[in-house]
Amino acid sequence: MSSLPRAIDLKLIGCQACGLVLDNQHQHRDARCPRCEARVYSRKPDSLARSWAYLIAATILYIPANLLPIMLTTKMYNTESSTIVSGVIELWQSGAWDLAVIVFTASVVVPILKIVLLTFLLLSAQLRSTWRQRERTRLYRVIEYIGHWSMLDVFVVALLITLVHFHKLALVQAGPGIIAFGAVVVLTMLASMSFDPRLIWDTKEPDQRPPQNG
Amino acid sequence: MPISESPDNTPSLPTPEVKRPARGSLSLIWLVPLVAALAGLILIVRSVVQAGPTITITFETAEGLEADKTEVKYKDVVIGKVQALALSEDRSHVVVTVDLNKSASNVAVEDTRFWVERPRIGLGGISGISTLLSGAYLGVDIGTSTESREAFVGLEKPPSIAHDLKGRRFSLHTDDANSLTIGSPVYFRKMPVGRITAADLDVDGKGVTVQIFINAPYDKFVNTGTRFWNASGVDLTLNAAGLKVSTQSVATVFAGGIAFQSYNEEDPSQPAKENAEFTLFSDQATALAPPDGIGIEIRMVFGQSTRGLTVGSPVDFRGITLGVVKSIQIDYDADKRDFFTNVDAEMYPQRMGPAYSTLLKTQQQLGLGPEDMVALLVSHGLRAQMRTGNLLTGQSYVSLDVIPTAKPVKFDADARPLLIPTAPGNLEEVQAQIQSIVRKLNAIPFDKIGNNLHETLRSANGVFKQLDQDLAPQAKKMLDEAQHTLQSLDQNLASPDAPLQQNAGRTLEQVDSAARSLRGLADYLEKHPESLLRGKAENPEPPADAGKGSTP
Repeated sequence: MSSLPRAIDLKLIGCQACGLVLDNQHQHRDARCPRCEARVYSRKPDSLARSWAYLIAATILYIPANLLPIMLTTKMYNTESSTIVSGVIELWQSGAWDLAVIVFTASVVVPILKIVLLTFLLLSAQLRSTWRQRERTRLYRVIEYIGHWSMLDVFVVALLITLVHFHKLALVQAGPGIIAFGAVVVLTMLASMSFDPRLIWDTKEPDQRPPQNG
Repeated sequence: MPISESPDNTPSLPTPEVKRPARGSLSLIWLVPLVAALAGLILIVRSVVQAGPTITITFETAEGLEADKTEVKYKDVVIGKVQALALSEDRSHVVVTVDLNKSASNVAVEDTRFWVERPRIGLGGISGISTLLSGAYLGVDIGTSTESREAFVGLEKPPSIAHDLKGRRFSLHTDDANSLTIGSPVYFRKMPVGRITAADLDVDGKGVTVQIFINAPYDKFVNTGTRFWNASGVDLTLNAAGLKVSTQSVATVFAGGIAFQSYNEEDPSQPAKENAEFTLFSDQATALAPPDGIGIEIRMVFGQSTRGLTVGSPVDFRGITLGVVKSIQIDYDADKRDFFTNVDAEMYPQRMGPAYSTLLKTQQQLGLGPEDMVALLVSHGLRAQMRTGNLLTGQSYVSLDVIPTAKPVKFDADARPLLIPTAPGNLEEVQAQIQSIVRKLNAIPFDKIGNNLHETLRSANGVFKQLDQDLAPQAKKMLDEAQHTLQSLDQNLASPDAPLQQNAGRTLEQVDSAARSLRGLADYLEKHPESLLRGKAENPEPPADAGKGSTP
C-alpha cells in the first residue's frame, strides 16, 4: 500500500479552501493559494506538535478536573461539593445506576479513552509505524466523533445551575473543577482536530526524496 | 511514473505564493500546555496553600457527624470540614479529624473550644434549629491564646460564654451547688446579666466553685463589696407581716440562678478584678447580713446530752447568730469515768456589730488580741448553754450568754480551739432543781412515819372503844336526870298557876302604880318647878290659861 504515490510524492498540493491544485516543488512552509490566498499545505503544519501540546495540556488539566469539585449543591443550609467521581458514586448508591453508567462513560471513560488513544495515534504517527494503518485511521474518526459527548457533564452542570436556584432551599453552583473539565474536553477536541490523519500513512521519511529543484 | 516527469506533465500548474505571516513562531502552540500546567499548578498550589492545619478533636460520640460532609463553622462561616472519623485506641472516644481552611489557621490555639451543634431545647431557650435541616456541624469558639494546638477535647455542650463576649468572670465558693447548673442565669436587680459557666467540686471535695460570667456593661456593678447568693427556687418567708413568696424569675425556680447586690449601696467599693473570688451565700438574708470577719474556732464541752443539737445548729448570743456548730463528738474522760461531748463551732465575733467594734476599741486601747476579748468576756461570766430552740422539733442551739453568777473558771487564751466554759441550760437547771427536791423527798422516812401513824391510830382506836364502853351509859343516865330537872323547872316557871308567875304579876302592878305616881310628880314639877324650893303652894295657881293672860 505504501508504494502507492501520495500527493506529496507527486509534488502536488490542493488548496483546502478553493480546491486549486498547485505544484509544490519547493515545499514552502508558508505557501498560500494564489487564487484564494488560503494557506496551502500538504500536511497540517506542526500537526504533531500542536496535537501533543493540546494533549499534554488536557492531561494536566484532567487532574484538577477530577480533584476539584465540579458542583456545589446547597440543600437546606448545607452545602455539599461533589466531584465527578463522587457524583457518579452518589448516583450509583442512590440506585440510579443507569444514569451513573452514562455519566461515568461520558465524563470519565471518554476523556481518558480520548487521551490514551490520541497518545497512541500520535506516538505511532511519530514513529511512522506501518502497523494497522487503516484501523488507526478508523480509530481517529471514532475519537473525533465521541469527543463531543464528553461535554455532557458540563452541560448537566450548566443546566442545573440555571434551573436549580431556590436560594437556601436548593442551590447549585459551579465548582472550579467544571472549568478544568470543560478545558480538558475542549483541549482534547483541539488535539484531535490538530492531528492530521494523513500522517498515519506517512510511513516514509519525507526527506527520503528531497526536492531536487528546490 | 517517475517523479521527474511530473513537472513536464503538468506545466500549467501554478505554484503557491509564499507569504511570511507576521507571527511566525510555531512554538507558540506550546504555550497551551504551559498555560494548562500553570493553571493546574496554581490550582494545586492554591489547594496546598489553602489547606490549613489538620486538627483532631475527641468527642464522646460522633452523633450527627459525617466524614467529608460535616462542616466546622464559626459565626456560621465555614472554616473547615470533618475529614475522618475514627474511634480512639481505647474505644472510649471518637477522634474527629478536621481540615481547617488556610484562613482559619489561627483558629487552632490553646483555648479554642469545639462542640457539636445540634438542636437543643433547654430552659434558656431553643438553639441549633437550623441543624434540624442541615445536619449537625462543629461549632467553634476561637480562643485568645497565641499558642497553637493540634489535639482538642470537644465539649459535649456549647459553651455558654463565647470568648469574644465582653464581660468578666468571677469565682464563687459555696458549700453545695444546690440546683445550680452550667448556664443558669445570674441576676442583678432581677435582670439577667450573666451566666454560670462552670460548676466544679473543689479539689478537696469540701465545697463547690462556681464560675460565673457577667456580661459587659453590667460587670461594673460587681465590686469588692458585692454579695452573691443562690436565688434558686422559691423563697418562702413567714413573718409578722405574713407569708411572702419571692423568686428571681420563673426560670430560677426550675433552673436555679444566682443573684448579687452590693452590701452597702451607698458606699461603692472598688470594682472587682477579673476572676475575683467571692462567697456564694445560701440566701439573700445571709448574703446581706453584716460581714462575718474572721471566724474563731471555739470548743464547748457539755456534760449533758446534746440531743437536738446538730451540725449547723446556730451559736447564738442574745438572739444574734454568731456562728454555727461544725462538729459534735462524744468523748470519754478516763479520770472522771464519764462521757462528755465536744461541740466545735465557728464563731464570727464581727456579727455582734457595734458591740464588737466597741469591744475591739476598748481592747485595742488595752493592747489585747481577739482571744483576750473572749477571755475578758469569759471572766465576766460568758458561758455557753444548750437551749431548746423549738419545742416541737426538739431542735437545740448553743447560746452564749453572760451569766454574772457563774463560777469563775480558768481560761486559756492560747488554746486552739478556744475553750468556752459551759453552764447548764435553763431546762437543765430546772431539771437539777427538781432532782434535788426529789432527792430531799427521797430522804424523808415515809415508812417510819407511816408505821408511827398506824400505831397512833390503833391506840386512839382503843381509847375510843373504852370511852364507848364506860362513858356512854353514864352519859345516858345523866341526860335522863337533866330532862327531869328541866321538866320540874318548866312546871314551876311556865304554868299560870305557878307562884312565881303570880308574884311577878303583883309586882308588875305595883311597879305600874309607882310609875303613874312618878308621872304625876313629873307633871307637877313641870308646872311648878318652884315647889322644889318652896314646897307645895296652898292656893294652887290657876291653870295654865291664867298664866297666859298675865304675860305681856
